[in-house]
Amino acid sequence: MDLIRIRNVEKKYKNGVTAIYDLNLAIEKGSFVFVIGGSGSGKSTLIKMLYREEKPTKGQVIVGGLDVAKLKNKKVYKLRRKLGIVFQDYRLLPKQTVFENVAFALECIGERRDIIRTKVLKALEDVGLKNKVHEYPDNLSGGEQQRVAIARAIVNDPKLLLCDEPTGNLDPEKSMEIMKVLESINKMRGTTIIMATHDKEIVNKMKKQVITLKDGHLVKFKQKGTYVE
Amino acid sequence: MKPFRMLGRSIRDAVKSVIRNFSLSLASISCITITLIIVAVAIIASLNVQNFTEAIEKDMTIVVFVDNDSDEDDVKEIEKEIKKISNVEKYTYQSKQDVKAKMQEESEVFNTVLNNWNDEESPLKDTFQVKVKKIKRIKQTAEKIEKIDNVAIVRYGEGMVDKMVSAFSSVEKVTYGIVIALVLVTIFLIVNTIKLTISARKREIKIMRLVGASNITIKLPFIIEGMILGLFGSIVPVLIVTYGYLAFYKHFDGYLYSKLVQLIKPEPFIYQVSLVVIGIGILVGMVGSARAVRKYLKI
Ligand SMILES: Nc1ncnc2c1ncn2[C@@H]1O[C@H](COP(=O)(O)OP(=O)(O)O)[C@@H](O)[C@H]1O
Ligand SMILES: [Mg+2]
Repeated sequence: MDLIRIRNVEKKYKNGVTAIYDLNLAIEKGSFVFVIGGSGSGKSTLIKMLYREEKPTKGQVIVGGLDVAKLKNKKVYKLRRKLGIVFQDYRLLPKQTVFENVAFALECIGERRDIIRTKVLKALEDVGLKNKVHEYPDNLSGGEQQRVAIARAIVNDPKLLLCDEPTGNLDPEKSMEIMKVLESINKMRGTTIIMATHDKEIVNKMKKQVITLKDGHLVKFKQKGTYVE
Repeated sequence: MKPFRMLGRSIRDAVKSVIRNFSLSLASISCITITLIIVAVAIIASLNVQNFTEAIEKDMTIVVFVDNDSDEDDVKEIEKEIKKISNVEKYTYQSKQDVKAKMQEESEVFNTVLNNWNDEESPLKDTFQVKVKKIKRIKQTAEKIEKIDNVAIVRYGEGMVDKMVSAFSSVEKVTYGIVIALVLVTIFLIVNTIKLTISARKREIKIMRLVGASNITIKLPFIIEGMILGLFGSIVPVLIVTYGYLAFYKHFDGYLYSKLVQLIKPEPFIYQVSLVVIGIGILVGMVGSARAVRKYLKI
């Protein structure tokens, strides 16, 4: 079963730059996919179209049965509840504790207090931060902050986890920690993971599916791929 | 249960940010307070004016004086003609003897003066007291009666009420102008207060969008914040309305200038006005915050 289907998609920004040309893709449920390519190759644009931050100018983007391009602004939240998103810059709330940051995602959608507590603790356990529940983000290392962000992204049990350069601010060692966390989420929870990165080392070590973009064109889509320019 | 949870959260957030942006909130609240005081005074004044102009209008009579040399048949003829006029609600007849008796009863001075006259010399006349249905047409009705044979003079309020009503209405217009200007300034201030709150919570709002908060969930705290500003702004005006009007009413004993100008009884009047004032306050707050949300939240 395909979780994501992309057909004849083009993305042209208002300033005239075309970030994606005629893209066709299908991604299976439960897979772990890297999106690689140099800076400006269109990785972030592809990710943004998947969570409907950007709309394709042509073609169809279907995520979990929802036609993203046709989704009205008012209904975008329905898509967002089915996926988790992680960024390079963590995007945590500095005045809230680790627990509160993760709980925030569930409070926003009106979850019950007791369910919030259980789910948040489970998510924090999954990313290995159960002992930092009451810390504030500023007292954590970059790698730990990113794990909080991952916990927040998976706390609502999404089918899909989108990561845009999640290791971009981290040293190789911390980056590998993050990759281990992502791999275990993929295995244990069955979450489909799509991760944009330009980190060769990671891609080559992980041996996952690889989508290679170059100047907005799909160059390759390989199972167990490696990073090739 | 879920809507209640979300509402609880929104109210909590709203109260927090009223406190966080205290100085700007206070500016908005003060502006709402001033506006509402003027609105309240305007409401109280105009309702009272309406109340006693109605009372005066009910009291308005056309007095028809019959020619001195007319006989009983002539009077009957006049009565018939008055009856025909459609705007006439009812009328009563007083002969000059009735008038004389009434006047003598009223004052000692009249009594002695009037006793010196016999019926022939008396300056008093037979009269009809006519009440009309539509006070606006009282002039035309009076003119019609004047044309009837053997009618000497016709007297009525002669625009006294008209003048009063038009004086009040021009005062009212000026007040409305001030109120509208103040409401606009208030809305502007509220828009800016909420704008500040929104920008202070930009990061949070961004995350809310990412994790799938619905638009209403994102908007609600800001709308509620505006409503809270409106509610706080109506506290002082309500106190002024309640205690101010009570004191005013007591001081004048329920009447202004004369028994004719009767004030509206404080209860339940002050409570109704207070509710209206609170309602307007909350509404103004809501309009301001809704504008800010539409303009700066872009959802
Ligand atoms: N919001 C935008 N408006 C205009 N052009 C953009 C915007 N976002 C990205 N681009 C352009 O689209 C191309 C692809 O960008 P992006 O998807 O961010 O690439 P990557 O993430 O691979 O570095 C670049 O040329 C970039 O300048
Ligand atoms: Mg990018």
